[in-house]
Amino acid sequence: MAVAGVFFYLFSAITVAAAFMVVAARNPVHSVLFLILAFFNSAGLFVLMGAEFLAMILVVVYVGAVAVLFLFVVMMLDIDFAELRQGMLQYLPVGGIIGLILLVELIFVLGSWAFSPEAVATIADKAPEMSAVTNTEAIGRILYTKYVYLFQAAGIVLLIAMVGAIVLTLRHKEGVKRQSIPNQVARTPATAIEVRKVKSGEGLS
Amino acid sequence: MEVGLSHYLTVAAVIFSIGIFGIFLNRKNVIIILMSIELMLLAVNINLVAFSTHLGDLMGQIFALLVLTVAAGEAAIGLAILVAYHRNRGSIAVEDINMMKG
Repeated sequence: MAVAGVFFYLFSAITVAAAFMVVAARNPVHSVLFLILAFFNSAGLFVLMGAEFLAMILVVVYVGAVAVLFLFVVMMLDIDFAELRQGMLQYLPVGGIIGLILLVELIFVLGSWAFSPEAVATIADKAPEMSAVTNTEAIGRILYTKYVYLFQAAGIVLLIAMVGAIVLTLRHKEGVKRQSIPNQVARTPATAIEVRKVKSGEGLS
Repeated sequence: MEVGLSHYLTVAAVIFSIGIFGIFLNRKNVIIILMSIELMLLAVNINLVAFSTHLGDLMGQIFALLVLTVAAGEAAIGLAILVAYHRNRGSIAVEDINMMKG
């Protein structure tokens, strides 16, 4: 149990430090890399809690897809980040105060709450024993049966996000010759050929 | 000292506050704002998973999975809007975005 404690403090300290560096780093590329570090360490926290499947999904989805997408956009857009950082000191006090107030409020909430006695009775899907069934199998058993509609809805959300991203970023460049199938199909001899009378001794101008 | 539920909730609260702080600190940089939103969603996920594993209720983990899906979609759409905006305006300054009204 002592090992779990050591790893908890290690993972949570790195996560919090990396999260702070995400918002405070000078270079957005460094911000993205710190975001990846934060996600990796929170995946470690998930493993400590016993949610292995979500930990792996966090690594695959966030580090593999979302963070790389961020990195791609940060590097692709040619932006003067020094200019964007101007006025940061101006926002520092109000942001710090609001963040601190929120943190103190949340800590107060944490200090003075307890599970109601009925909470155990409201458990919707009791997790099976970890020794009998792995976390992944337990999630799969209910995700594809009881929550199959939510699963489908998640798929539709991803589909719409994909279509939306493509629609937003796809563009046709001006001045590039492209094949136009309808124009080709609609061509007739009347529009394709022009018959001109050429007088002898003269050419076509 | 035993690591319990409240430890995880504290970590999540700290990360959430850092996310809020980041939105205020980087008012001009949309990319960092999007990253701060991702951090806040991560804090929410930590809360959901902590309660789920503490109570032995798997529904929390299903819910965290859905939050993860929405976060991925939101990042994709947000960055696509950012790319389209940068293409049209040549900058990503948040203050100029109010031009788009109407």
